[in-house]
Amino acid sequence: MDPPAVPLSQRGPASTDVVVRFGFWLFLLSDIVVFSALFAAYAVLSHQTAGGPTGPQLFERGRTLLETGCLLTSSFTCGVMSLAVQRRSALQVYGWAAATFALGCVFVGLEVSEFAGLIAAGAGPTRSAFLSAFFTLVGTHGLHVSLGLCWLLVMMAQVATIGFRPMVMRRLLCFSLFWHALDIVWIGVFTIVYLGAR
Amino acid sequence: MEQDDSASANDRAPGEHRDGQHSIRSYLLGFGLAGVLTLASFWAAQTGFVYAPAVPILLAALAVGQMGVHLVFFLHISSGPEDTNNILALAFGVFVVGLIVFGSMLIMANLNANMMPAGQLMQM
Repeated sequence: MDPPAVPLSQRGPASTDVVVRFGFWLFLLSDIVVFSALFAAYAVLSHQTAGGPTGPQLFERGRTLLETGCLLTSSFTCGVMSLAVQRRSALQVYGWAAATFALGCVFVGLEVSEFAGLIAAGAGPTRSAFLSAFFTLVGTHGLHVSLGLCWLLVMMAQVATIGFRPMVMRRLLCFSLFWHALDIVWIGVFTIVYLGAR
Repeated sequence: MEQDDSASANDRAPGEHRDGQHSIRSYLLGFGLAGVLTLASFWAAQTGFVYAPAVPILLAALAVGQMGVHLVFFLHISSGPEDTNNILALAFGVFVVGLIVFGSMLIMANLNANMMPAGQLMQM
């Protein structure tokens, strides 16, 4: 498709769809900058264990692989959901959203049980600088996932009550951007925190 | 949707699809590639097959590759002219992230190296 011959200065503002999603993209990038500060803190503090347990003693790779699989699959089902949103097929949107929600819940459940186990074993966030940084980084990511799950529920309520208005469709597509971005952050978490521990 | 089509000639928002038929394939391809890269990361972390000091570099390469797969196949960021704004914002984000992470690590490593050992500090 050839670009229109109208000069850039005379084209007028971009459509709302483009403006909203570009703004959300900027928000996601700034959210990733927030995570980068937490990653920097973790990288600096990961060996400051104050005589307490170290990463390789605490982390189970099997659980991390399961969490990664859940989040990756939920990212995929969320992508398929966004295709169903564009076809405006409510039944398919509910189905794929339910799959995304269930996988997200399994992820959060695994993380909560890991945190509970660590705290019960005396390796809570107050034990050492390493564990403070670990709980802050992984906990912030888990909080984002939990908030995303609430957002998904709200969006399903909006689809059920007011249907596929342009406003609702924009929000649903922003949600899928958010969910994919969280999966990208999780790649950093499992690589640096769980696999990089030595 | 007419408005959407006319706008897509100039600008494209992240995550926007061209047409429905093509995109399911892109998600499937991305899912497969990301799964393979994830398994490769977990394999690389516990194998004795790779020269041990090279493992962190291998893990970093696999992670960067997987992030690229997610950006291209899930977020649909491309290098096309209509994606220039998204790419510029992404480049700035990556720049700031690199500055914060590597800057912090460099400065703290320097401070640690210049720190007086704890025993000497006590005697002062």
